[in-house]
Amino acid sequence: MMKFNQLRPAREVAVIGIGLTKFGEHWSMGLKELAVEAGIKAVEDAGITGNELQLVVGGNMSGGLFAGQEHGAGLLADYLGLNPVPAIRTEGACSSGGLAVRVGYLAVASGMYDFVAVGGVEKMTDVYGPQATTALSGAMDYETEAYFGATFPGIYALIAKRHMHDFGTTRRQLSLIAVKNHANALHNPFAQYRNKITAEDVEKSALVADPLRLLDCSPLTDGAATIILVPAEIAKKYTDTPIYIKASAQASDTLSLFARRNITTLDATVHAAREAYRQARIASNKINLAEVHDCFTIAEICAYEDLGFTQKGKGGKMIEEGETEIGGRIPVNTSGGLKAKGHPVGATGVAQIAELIMQLRGEAGKRQVKNAEIGLAHNVGGSGATVTVHILSNKK
Amino acid sequence: MKVGIVGYGAYIPQWRIKSMDIAKIWGSDPERLKSLLEEKSVPGQDEDAATMAVEASKRALAVAHIDPLMIGAVYVGSESHPYIIKPTASIVAEAIGATPEMTAADLEFACKAGTAGIQICMGLVESGRIKYGLAIGSDTAQGRPGDELEYTAAAGAGAYIIGKENILAEIEETYSFTTDTPDFWRREGEDFPRHGGRFTGEPAYFKHVISATNGLLKKTGRTVNDFDYFIFHQPNAKFPLTAAKRLGIPQEKVMRGLLVSQIGNTYSAATLIGLARVLDVAKPGDRILVTSFGSGAGSDSFSITVTKRIIKARKGENAVDEMIKTKRYLGYAEYVKFRRKLKGVNS
Amino acid sequence: MNMAKEFAVPFHWRRFRERYQLIGSRCDHCKKSFYPIRVICPYCRRSGHMKDIKFSGVGKVYSYTIIRAPPEGFKEYVPYIIAIIELEEGTRILSQVVDCDPNDVKIGMKVKSCFRRIRSENDTGLVLYGFKFKPHN
Repeated sequence: MMKFNQLRPAREVAVIGIGLTKFGEHWSMGLKELAVEAGIKAVEDAGITGNELQLVVGGNMSGGLFAGQEHGAGLLADYLGLNPVPAIRTEGACSSGGLAVRVGYLAVASGMYDFVAVGGVEKMTDVYGPQATTALSGAMDYETEAYFGATFPGIYALIAKRHMHDFGTTRRQLSLIAVKNHANALHNPFAQYRNKITAEDVEKSALVADPLRLLDCSPLTDGAATIILVPAEIAKKYTDTPIYIKASAQASDTLSLFARRNITTLDATVHAAREAYRQARIASNKINLAEVHDCFTIAEICAYEDLGFTQKGKGGKMIEEGETEIGGRIPVNTSGGLKAKGHPVGATGVAQIAELIMQLRGEAGKRQVKNAEIGLAHNVGGSGATVTVHILSNKK
Repeated sequence: MKVGIVGYGAYIPQWRIKSMDIAKIWGSDPERLKSLLEEKSVPGQDEDAATMAVEASKRALAVAHIDPLMIGAVYVGSESHPYIIKPTASIVAEAIGATPEMTAADLEFACKAGTAGIQICMGLVESGRIKYGLAIGSDTAQGRPGDELEYTAAAGAGAYIIGKENILAEIEETYSFTTDTPDFWRREGEDFPRHGGRFTGEPAYFKHVISATNGLLKKTGRTVNDFDYFIFHQPNAKFPLTAAKRLGIPQEKVMRGLLVSQIGNTYSAATLIGLARVLDVAKPGDRILVTSFGSGAGSDSFSITVTKRIIKARKGENAVDEMIKTKRYLGYAEYVKFRRKLKGVNS
Repeated sequence: MNMAKEFAVPFHWRRFRERYQLIGSRCDHCKKSFYPIRVICPYCRRSGHMKDIKFSGVGKVYSYTIIRAPPEGFKEYVPYIIAIIELEEGTRILSQVVDCDPNDVKIGMKVKSCFRRIRSENDTGLVLYGFKFKPHN
């Protein structure tokens, strides 16, 4: 059993600015344009010139396979006009953004850096469908999963089939996740899909990997998101609404799904969440809203369980009873989630934080959660080999 | 010096297509074709001569009950090796765990490449150079669309482990008859073979099968009455029965080893699978005569006597019949997709 | 037209033996078995001692799905069954289930390994082989 260290950060960290591109198919923008748009918006939101920045951390899963471009670190500082500021690219498949938040947080919490720009970017539409599927299959264990013809939706379908077998989770419950997220995205101007869908729409959409259908799956998206981190003690100089990072946690599990202890539980989520609650000194029932990793509808159901919002196996019941709608016991994915907001892989983990910040500042418009004080962001790499959990609050 | 079969195994893929369904597409008379054969085996999209050879070899190893590391040679005879240059035999050897202290090579002599492999193994074993040799005939024969051979070109594999110890069927003698007779051929780079039409009959099949069989009988000093079973190469149902008649062999002695009506012509595997079906039921003391035929042309004939060991070795399994019975049908469109006869397919 | 990514020969060659014969690792210290072959035991690390283990190939289906949207190189096989198989040695592994109608595959179904072609590395590259599983009575 993993022992978590009892270390505390040297100092608290706050977010003073956020920036997002709209998520969608950006035919005219490549990696560079996307990263710069989000970066400029974040700097403007923070009310800084940009000269203050001392470190840039960017999450990107696969610039190489999607755009022929590795060396994201080299691209970022240069095209953001920040040379010679140091830059780091983080990669953990779909948790690349969450890992960027982790590294940025550690840089400020350690006392080494006072101004860090944390971002994520992915450009996914410069390749044809089958090539995108191949690029994303790098999130699996390539030699033992992709080699035999598994696809990324196929891996989550294996989780769904077993979850349905063990707990009686239903096809309808999966559909309701997509329905809720699309309904939420109607109120999110950054979302890729802003159309209402019904459960029947989900259940009639094309099969991708039984039981998962097209509308169970997050889309291919271009997009970028950026946040500006500073030590908590100076945050009020820049904004009236600093948002504090109360916890930054992460855990690992087997790369392949088949080697897991139990495929219906993402142990890395359980461990990271436990550590996050410890750091923030709260229990799971104190979370007012969460942005969780719904790469596929089943993933959101497992997240309810593994983050401790409900018991194992009861995730389907939670969505069925409306507990995670805006206005419910614990609103989940008010942004529309990966499904409706979009999933530019490297940007997602940062975009989740940006949504929580909009909510905690009271700036979420029609999707606002009333009296939101504490939010949780959950970002997963692959089928659960890497998981980051962050807890944010508008109270110090 | 005794030499013989220590283990044997066959493999027939589960897919079938009815000759009726091929006839419909090409406007041929299905009733006439039914007399030639009912249906043939079709390899799955993920099967080829190598995969079937491995499956047949694993069964042969199970019957032989020997450590694969004791195999000193592997020969795979086929007209449909997966590579033109890169041996199938080394893939099979790796898959069954026989590598690395052994020799291997691929053979081609149309439908008799498998029996030629058996003769090579006999030589290596009898001379004491190897303890056990593995000879395989395996084919995913490709039929030209609309050609009469499309009805019969089928898929299967037969594997034989040859040795001196623990023999379940002794190979008493072998005799071969070979000439340069181009009755059926395929040039490099071509997808489908060509054949000489009626020339494939008398000057090719019958001349070599009958000469080889007579040669074997003379060499062993036996007559057809001394044998309980006969297996001839079976490109269709008619040829082997005609050969049997001409040799004075009663039809019932040929039936057990005649599978072409149910699975088609499995080319290099044909006589080997026929022999396996006989070995599945043969009794100790039974005598078997096998004559293969490979276009180009040649025949290998064998005189085989079953020993007591066969009872225990085959463990009561009627393996070949099980595989013949286990089947799923394809229509012509699916068949064409499976056999990759479509151009420009988006993969 | 196969647009699948191709690697140089060693990338696949070094896995031939374990993919052809279904060989994994067993730790002499904790007695657990793993697929694929591992250099160190994930539980014991350097206290462990890894030895090759040849699995029997007998197992049952632990979960499955049917792939309808394939990756490059697999289009001709659609729809095909991908499953997590629990081998009788306790180790789980991912592979395809073949010679089985997609409507007939069930969790708990008994299967046995067979040697099959996985795909072709385009028209001029290697033919890639490995294990798949068939229904086993």
